[in-house]
Amino acid sequence: MDQLLQHLVNAVVLGGTYALLGIGLTLIFGIMRVVNFTHGELYAFGAYAVYWFVATSGVNFFLAIPLAIAAGLLLGAAVEYLLLRPMRGADIDTTMLVMIGAWIVMQNSEMIVWGGVAKSITTPFPESPLVVGPVSVSWLRLFALGFALLLIAGTYVLINRTKLGKAMRATFQDSDTAALMGVNIRAIHTATFAIGSGLAAAAGALLGPVFLVEPTMGDLASLKAFAIVILGGLGNVTGATIGGFALALVEEMGAGYVSSGYRDAMGFAIIIVVLLIKPTGLFARAERVG
Amino acid sequence: MTRRTSGVAGLAVALLIGALAARPEAQQTIKVGVIQPLTGAFAASGTYVSNGARIAADEINAAGGVLGRKIELVVEDNKSNPTEAASVAEKLIVRDKVPVLMGAWGSSLTLAVMPKLMEYQVPMLVETSSSDKITTIGNPFVFRISPPSSVEATGFARMIDQLKIGKADFLVVNNDWGLGTADQFTRMFKAHNIKVGLVENMAQNAQDMSAQLAKIKASDADTLIVTTAVEQLTLVFKQAAALGLKRRIITTGGSQVPDQLIEQAGGAANGTSHIAFFAPWNPDLSADPARARAFIAEWKKRGYAFAGLTESFRGYDGIRTIAAAITKAGKPDAAAIRTAFWTVELTGLGGKIKFNKVGPAGMESGQSICDIFLVRIENGKVVVPKA
Repeated sequence: MDQLLQHLVNAVVLGGTYALLGIGLTLIFGIMRVVNFTHGELYAFGAYAVYWFVATSGVNFFLAIPLAIAAGLLLGAAVEYLLLRPMRGADIDTTMLVMIGAWIVMQNSEMIVWGGVAKSITTPFPESPLVVGPVSVSWLRLFALGFALLLIAGTYVLINRTKLGKAMRATFQDSDTAALMGVNIRAIHTATFAIGSGLAAAAGALLGPVFLVEPTMGDLASLKAFAIVILGGLGNVTGATIGGFALALVEEMGAGYVSSGYRDAMGFAIIIVVLLIKPTGLFARAERVG
Repeated sequence: MTRRTSGVAGLAVALLIGALAARPEAQQTIKVGVIQPLTGAFAASGTYVSNGARIAADEINAAGGVLGRKIELVVEDNKSNPTEAASVAEKLIVRDKVPVLMGAWGSSLTLAVMPKLMEYQVPMLVETSSSDKITTIGNPFVFRISPPSSVEATGFARMIDQLKIGKADFLVVNNDWGLGTADQFTRMFKAHNIKVGLVENMAQNAQDMSAQLAKIKASDADTLIVTTAVEQLTLVFKQAAALGLKRRIITTGGSQVPDQLIEQAGGAANGTSHIAFFAPWNPDLSADPARARAFIAEWKKRGYAFAGLTESFRGYDGIRTIAAAITKAGKPDAAAIRTAFWTVELTGLGGKIKFNKVGPAGMESGQSICDIFLVRIENGKVVVPKA
C-alpha cells in the first residue's frame, strides 16, 4: 500500500511536466498541422537555458526559469518565421523534412556550444525530501509540479477565454473561414508555434534541474510528446493534459509492478492499444472536414 | 549552382584530392583507431578515456614514437549506440586502414564491434567493458585489460565479510554490462550464503528511476548494488535520497567517477561505496606509483577535471599496451600485432598487463587482470583503503 502511494505521487509529479510537453505539441500539431520534430530540442534548449543562466551568468534560479521560457518563446517564433512561414502551402512531407533538418541542426548546435557531457544544475532547494507518512517527494519536484500546473492553467485560460485563443481555435476549426472572418492567420501561426515551443522549453526548464542536461535529452521527450498528443487527441488541450498524466501513470505503474526495463516501452504499448480501439485519440472532438 | 561556380568547385575538389594523394607523411604515422562514446548516455566516461589515450600517445611520440614512426590516434564517436559503434569500426578499418583498435567503452558497444574484427581480421584492445561474454564467446581478436564482472565479483568477495551483507537488491542498467554484473554478483552472493532480493533494470537513457527505487524501498534488503555510468548514478543517488531510501549502496564497474558524483549529486552521494580499478587519490596504491604520479600531473596540467582520472587511466594503459604490441610485432600489421599481444608484458597504472587465454579452445580471447579497490564517499570526500 505504501509502495502504491509512492508510485502514485511519483506519477503525478512527473505527469505535470509531461502534460506541458503534450499541450505545447498539440497546439502546434493540431492548429498548424506541422509535424514538429524540433519540439524535443526546444525542451533541451529550455534546460540548457536554465543551466546557462544559473551556472554561467549567476542569475537567481527562480528568475532563470521564466527567462528560459521567454527564450524558448523567442526561439520558437524565430523557427516559425524563418522556416515555416516560407513553407506555407507546401505539402506535409516537405515541411516534415525541413523540421527534421532543423532538429538535427539544433541538437548539434547544443553539442558544439555545451559539449556532449551531461551538465547538472544547482538549485536552492534542500536535499532532504518532504516526508508525509510513507511517502516522500523532493521539494524541487513539488516546485516543478506547481509551476507546471500554473502554466497549464494559464494556457487553458489563454485558449478558452482570450481573443487570441478564440482566433487560434477558429484557425484550428477551419483556417480559410477564419481568414475570411478577418483572423490574421500568419500571426496566429507564429503565436501558436511560439507558445507551443515556450511550453516545451518550460518543461525542459523544470525537468533539467531534476535530471541532467545533455544534448540528446530531447529525443525521448519528443517521442513522448507525440505519444501524449496521440493519446489525448489532436489539438485538444484538456486531452493533452490528461494524456500527460496518464502516460506518467502507465510508466510508473508499469515500471513498479510489471518490468522496470521496459518502462519507456509501456507508454508506447498503451498508445498502440488506444490507436487500435479509438484511432482519433481518447478525447478527440468531432472535427469539421472539408 | 551556376556553370562557372560548379567548374570552380570541381577544380578545387580535384586539387584537394591531388594534394591528399601526394601527402607523404600520411605513410609515416602509425594509425590507431579509438572508438569511444563522446556523446549520449556515456559521454563523460568516453571523453575521459579518449583524453587519457591522447596523453599516452603524446608521451610515446615525445620519446621517439614506435618503430621510428609517430602514432596517430583516430578517435571516433560511437554515440553510446551499438549500431554506431559497428559502423565507425568499419569506417576506421576500411577507410583509415588502422591495423589495431581500442574501444568501445560499454559492453554492448564492444560486442557490436566484435563481428567486424572477425570480418576484417583486425585486433582490438578492450579498455573498459565488463561483460564476461566479450572474452568467452570465442573472438580471437579481443584483448581486454578491464576486469570482467566475474573477476570483479570474485575480488569483491574478499571484502564481503567485513561489510556483513545479509541480503542485497540490484539496480542495473539494462544492457550487457548491467545484466552481466547482476548475474555474476548473484552467483557470488549465493555461494557466500547472501540472499538476493530484487533485480531491477533501467534503460541506459532513462532519467527517472523513482519507480524502481520506490519498489526497492519496500524491500527488506540491507544493501543495494547499482551498476551504471556516472550520469545515471548521479540521478539514482539524488532520487534515492528524495525517496528517503536509507540503505547501504555499493556500485560496481569502475565507471562511477566518484569526484563527479560528489560534485553533481552532493550530499546524496555520502555513505556510498564504489568498486574502483585505479585510485588516483593515492597514487602509491598503483602498480607503478611514479608513472601514476606523472600521469596525474599531466592530466591536471592539461586542465582536465581530477574526477576523470578513474576512467582516463584505462585509455592511457590501453594505448601503451597497443604501442608495446606494435613494437613487438615489428610492423604496423594487423596479424602481426594480434600475435604480439600474446607476448606483451608491461606494468600499467591499473596493474600488471599480460594476456591470458580465455574462451573456447582455438578461439581464445586475451584477458589481463587488474587491481580492485573499494572506496567510500564520506562527507563529500573520497576515502581510500590503506594499502
